[in-house]
Amino acid sequence: MSGLPGENHLGPVLDTLCPMHAVLDATGQVIHLGPTLKKLFADRNLNGARFTDLFEIRRPRVGPTMDDLRRIAHGKLHLRLRDAPCTELKGVLVPLPETGDFGVLGGAIVNLSFGISVTDAVRDFSLTSADFAPTDLTVEMLYLIEAKSAVVAASRKLNLQLQGAKIAAEEQAFTDTLTGLKNRRAMDLVLRRLILSGQNFALMNLDLDYFKAVNDNFGHAAGDHVLQHVARVMVEEIRREDTIIRTGGDEFVLVLTQKVDRHAVAEIARRLIERLEQPISFGGHECRISASVGATLSCRYSDPDLSMLHEDADCALYAAKGRGRGCFVLYHAALRSGSGQAGELPERRVDD
Amino acid sequence: MHGLINKSVERFVRDTYGRDVWVGVTRRLDLGFTEFEALLTYDPDITQLVLDEVAQTLAKARSEVLEDIGTYLVSHPSFEALRRLLRFGGVTFVEFLQSLDDLPERTRLALSDFDLPRLELSEHSNDFYTLTVYTGDTELAQFGYVVVGLLRAMADDYGALVLLEHKGVRGGTEIVEIHLLEMAFADGRAFDLGARAR
Repeated sequence: MSGLPGENHLGPVLDTLCPMHAVLDATGQVIHLGPTLKKLFADRNLNGARFTDLFEIRRPRVGPTMDDLRRIAHGKLHLRLRDAPCTELKGVLVPLPETGDFGVLGGAIVNLSFGISVTDAVRDFSLTSADFAPTDLTVEMLYLIEAKSAVVAASRKLNLQLQGAKIAAEEQAFTDTLTGLKNRRAMDLVLRRLILSGQNFALMNLDLDYFKAVNDNFGHAAGDHVLQHVARVMVEEIRREDTIIRTGGDEFVLVLTQKVDRHAVAEIARRLIERLEQPISFGGHECRISASVGATLSCRYSDPDLSMLHEDADCALYAAKGRGRGCFVLYHAALRSGSGQAGELPERRVDD
Repeated sequence: MHGLINKSVERFVRDTYGRDVWVGVTRRLDLGFTEFEALLTYDPDITQLVLDEVAQTLAKARSEVLEDIGTYLVSHPSFEALRRLLRFGGVTFVEFLQSLDDLPERTRLALSDFDLPRLELSEHSNDFYTLTVYTGDTELAQFGYVVVGLLRAMADDYGALVLLEHKGVRGGTEIVEIHLLEMAFADGRAFDLGARAR
């Protein structure tokens, strides 16, 4: 780059004010680069290089002559370095007078900045704070980018922790979100407390019959609606002190603590089955289900054991299902011996 | 109190004296947790209780602990991001000192809910400065001691040799005297503008 007369006026002033400027002569050749812009070309010999040899003007589209360049003066230019790493730049071109004694006659000054590509550029060209004009906000922008990254990283960490805590809380929660009934975890807690306090209770297992058909024929929305209806019915039929648990898809457990003799329990089962067999309307359809119920009473056991109670209630439920749909069976030892037929308590069919 | 402050105290104790010492502090205070969360807000009393308990555990004056925290924040790798953010303040240590007036504002750019005490640098000569820290009766009383530790570590970072003295707390302001003995005493640590802190 040979210095032309006139360049001397501008160079040192512009080097401080805008270290990323280029001075072009009347033919479009680069005759001076600001100190920071020079770093983009390392040791490359720029003698005789035209501005458009070094930079591709991407927007607005323009021809390569000086007349072309003058036509895009004063507007925002989108440029790209022709050589790797093809850094994107923003720029503005100001033509210099063609007569008089100011600057390079008929030439132009182009001032450039990195725009949004600044973080890559700073790394690619090993720039320092001193490479930017003191009034340039680039270093502040880099500061903000780093500060933002640090805060976002901390925030992401917190979010992950909170998400983990939320999942744990949901797992530990005692409520089934669909029906609002208690869940299995709550059931064990309730039963353990009852056993510890020596209180009498009935453990009643209730499985819905024909529920799969509702899901299959009318869809899961209908299934959900039926489950919510079932939950409502059960809440209405038992006392406040009792607990209803949804243990699985269409499986429920009722823990009854009031009036837990065999007749009272059988009566509650009968009423439940009767109400659940009434058609439930959903989306113009009538969903029909029933329920099988098996139960056991804590007073049967001298030393009630949680898993034993569950097994016996299951056994009774199994026997109820064996009777057909809509039946209730109260557990008794003969159910297990396999000779249950003879010693069974009278079961009831609701639709007798 | 911004969680970032409590988190700084926690990381200082954990990284310098070990996790057991920190867990001991939280147990004795019956905090019910062992880790502060940097982006949450805590009752200001907790910070004071934690600082007192840490000082007692380490058998140090509270001011000494605060100064150590300031040094730790700039020199420990786990707070590299903070060191880098401070280095954006200037190319030389003097430029850095001159940028301290902007520190609370710069901090707010990053964390809009984080209020640092106002700082004001007075240049008495080109090698003697005083920094006034306006803590008022805020929760950050004695923050000047943290600033002393922080300046000491930043001087190291720039390779400058300084003498620092906390002149005590008076009427809600703290004065820190800065004697600049040599600008380029050692090489200091590199600051690569383009190298993002991890």
